[in-house]
Amino acid sequence: MNDSLVIAGKTYGSRLLVGTGKYKDFDETRAAIEASGAEIVTVAIRRTNIGQNPDEPNLLDFLPPERFTLLPNTAGCYTADDAVRTLRLARELLDGHTLVKLEVLGDPDTLFPNMPETLKAAETLVKDGFDVMVYCSDDPIQAKMLEEIGCVAVMPLASLIGSGMGILNPWNLQLIIDQSAVPVLVDAGVGTASDAAIAMELGCDGVLMNTAIAKAQDPILMARAMRKGVEAGREAFLAGRMPRKTYAASPSSPTTGLIGR
Amino acid sequence: MISVRINGQPETLASTLSVADLLQAKGLAGKRLAVERNGQIVPRGAHAETVLADGDCLEIVVAVGGG
Repeated sequence: MNDSLVIAGKTYGSRLLVGTGKYKDFDETRAAIEASGAEIVTVAIRRTNIGQNPDEPNLLDFLPPERFTLLPNTAGCYTADDAVRTLRLARELLDGHTLVKLEVLGDPDTLFPNMPETLKAAETLVKDGFDVMVYCSDDPIQAKMLEEIGCVAVMPLASLIGSGMGILNPWNLQLIIDQSAVPVLVDAGVGTASDAAIAMELGCDGVLMNTAIAKAQDPILMARAMRKGVEAGREAFLAGRMPRKTYAASPSSPTTGLIGR
Repeated sequence: MISVRINGQPETLASTLSVADLLQAKGLAGKRLAVERNGQIVPRGAHAETVLADGDCLEIVVAVGGG
């Protein structure tokens, strides 16, 4: 079945996008990503340790940009200015790479996005030639604004970052999916494979996750489960589920030919 | 001598240092990193010709694990 995800004109076979944070080491990171089948992986941009162990391993040696599409993020940024500066550094770091994940946070406890700053940063970045995938609240009005600004994908939260609480408001996600001409990805909140499947069954184009895999008891096994959850949910969406009825009186076995009548 | 800030830390440097010289001195030459000087990107191709000035604020960043 040819069912690929197209983001900013590039085609991907996998609809699961994964983060690279919170793993034990880079070997585990790489093994989990391989098991997930993800082709797009997020990375964060941080100050290098000056004068401390300059030979320490570099994440990019484990995730060669030739093999994976790296998606630099703005995690930890609380203003549009910081987010824009971070992604300009990322573009320089990754040799002109323009596909980025914008997130501007509003609160250090909940990591809820600051939508006014997110909209402001999106506008600057799009004008500057970036292909912006944007983490946002599940407000359909602001998701539409982000699409109109020119973001290449909108990525509403399913629940709070790192919470593992799953899909808390499928109805808002449904509104965003139904109205959007760009891909819609659930970013944040997925806790286990069924959450990923539910997101995909709603009609999401993809799911982005990190903690659900990295903080599972067995990250590699959970990465495989997530791959299957996303695939199962996607196929169920494409197949079209049966209608819901409170009862049907329509058994699956024949109602005639019963013995003893 | 000039005073600069590198990744938020104050440092005193010889005044003739270029960005490339600084990276060399810090053992960072040839690493996958990006440099911002006073809010502006210093492209890799301009590291050798960009000479640091008193009061410069530098950010030197790498990619790390994140979600």
